[in-house]
Amino acid sequence: MKKLNKSFWLGIVLAMVLYGVIQILLTTGIFDDVMESTLILICINVMLAVSLNLINGITGQFSIGHAGFMSIGAYVSAILTLNFDVPFVLALVIAGLAAAFFGVLIGIPTLRLNGDYLAIATLGFGEIIRIVLLNTEYVGGASGLSGIPTQTTWTVIFLFTLITIVVINNFIRSSHGRACLAIRENEIAAEAMGINTTLYKVIAFALGALFAGMAGGLSAHKFYVINPGSFNFLKSFEILVMVVLGGLGSTAGAIVGAIVLTVLFTVLQQYPELRMIIYSTILILMMIFRPKGLLGSAGLSFKFFAKKEAKPSDSISG
Amino acid sequence: MEYFIQQLINGISVGSIYALIALGYTMVYGIIKLINFAHGDVFMVGSFIGLFSARNLANAGFPPVIVLILSLAISMTVSALLGISIERLAYKPLRKASRIAVLITAIGVSFLLEYTGVFFLGPQAQGFPEIINKKQYTLFGSTVQVDSNQIMILGTTVVLMIVLQFIVHRTKIGKAMRAVSYDMEAARLMGINVDRTISATFAIGSALAAAAGVIFGMTYNSVDPMMGVLPGLKAFVAAVLGGIGSIPGALVGGLLLGTVETEVSSLGYSSWRDGVAFAVLILILIFKPSGLFGKNVREKV
Repeated sequence: MKKLNKSFWLGIVLAMVLYGVIQILLTTGIFDDVMESTLILICINVMLAVSLNLINGITGQFSIGHAGFMSIGAYVSAILTLNFDVPFVLALVIAGLAAAFFGVLIGIPTLRLNGDYLAIATLGFGEIIRIVLLNTEYVGGASGLSGIPTQTTWTVIFLFTLITIVVINNFIRSSHGRACLAIRENEIAAEAMGINTTLYKVIAFALGALFAGMAGGLSAHKFYVINPGSFNFLKSFEILVMVVLGGLGSTAGAIVGAIVLTVLFTVLQQYPELRMIIYSTILILMMIFRPKGLLGSAGLSFKFFAKKEAKPSDSISG
Repeated sequence: MEYFIQQLINGISVGSIYALIALGYTMVYGIIKLINFAHGDVFMVGSFIGLFSARNLANAGFPPVIVLILSLAISMTVSALLGISIERLAYKPLRKASRIAVLITAIGVSFLLEYTGVFFLGPQAQGFPEIINKKQYTLFGSTVQVDSNQIMILGTTVVLMIVLQFIVHRTKIGKAMRAVSYDMEAARLMGINVDRTISATFAIGSALAAAAGVIFGMTYNSVDPMMGVLPGLKAFVAAVLGGIGSIPGALVGGLLLGTVETEVSSLGYSSWRDGVAFAVLILILIFKPSGLFGKNVREKV
């Protein structure tokens, strides 16, 4: 455990250094506003990808409705700050909890499903949330909410991203995380070994939804406007691609995937006509030539400074 | 009562389109366990090919019935070839990869078709020519109306279903398809050419989607590169509803979903229509995951 603690603190120190360097670059004006926006977007996507990776990569529950949780967080936090003058950070926490509540709500009935059926059910849930928002006048219907105060700064987003990564990564390394991994590898065997599979699947859904909700709130308070259209199936898919691109089941992979894809999207913005064609071609080629993702299933740790890590296990199937 | 029957007729004509697309989903899923998200976009491509063929053939002066049959045939053939190419280029290299990788590839292919369409055809909708002039028929006195288009839609669907049943149950390739879907490895050991069988499945499924595309164009008179997304998802719902992997299930699921949707719209909740489709999906998944006609597959330990 001593080694684990060491690598944990090393990670925190490195993160702080990264924060400090970027903060200096921002205050001295070397990074402009566009750069700052991109950085914030990267952090939001890292939160989403890391939280989805807990559900999809670690627990093996194939969920493609993550944008649904994000939209709940975005709407709850926006309404709290707009209509009830709740402080920003408190609104974010409540938004996260609301999303987690929906995570449990969605998690429980879908527990009977697995594989493709669960994927389709979560997709259906995501779409239903979108259609409900679309038809609710209180939250602005199709035009959505606007005039949301811009309170997401680099410092706030960095803090929340760090909390997300630390909490989820420590959860994965705890005995609870091992239980989730066991469910992924073989659910029936895990159940036979006395693991409460229902409980852990619900925990994974709730925790994943919690951070997705917070990410949603943070993005709402960055981009002034939210509408149901921005949380559609495409958004869920984008988050899934980040996770798979980096390497399913790897926190480091989810972070790398989120960064690479966000940068790629920002660069491709210059070619609006060809953007999606290039994006989809890269996606197909990536899946054909490196289906395990950029990092395979390597975990997030700094152990490799000391000695080479054991060979990562094969990527999951099913 | 007459109002109800009227809505039923409208529902069946929408449902026929879902049923034709659902057949492609159900056949592909039955054989390689892949949710082929690109299927809705093959439907879109089929619709556009139908549009161009119909325009050119009508300009060349062919009679309407010939124009309809030829456009259907051209569109189905080209889409079948498209389906085979997609399978060969994108899915075949991934035969042994994880399911999630194949699923992402399928969505990637779907985007590629959509945005290539936008790039070459523009994002705006195009008018579909009225190949055969609509005629109204009245039933039960004067309250229930059926137009010739709706009869044609149902007729085409029924004919294609009969052809499909014949192919699957009476021909050699149909037998191979059933064998491969039952157990791919055993089928391979029995000397069945698995790759060719899978290609045939994609070809048939894509041809049916193209037929649905032409019918869709004739019904709604407007086609655009993004038109495949929602009907594609709903056809998948229809396939799950009927029991994925089952051909009669896809037909019943499609007709049922079309009817439910039309009834919801007619009750004045048209903006909730898509939500109801997905709610139906989740209910069926929770209470009868194998669908109405599906087999219950036990999980292997």
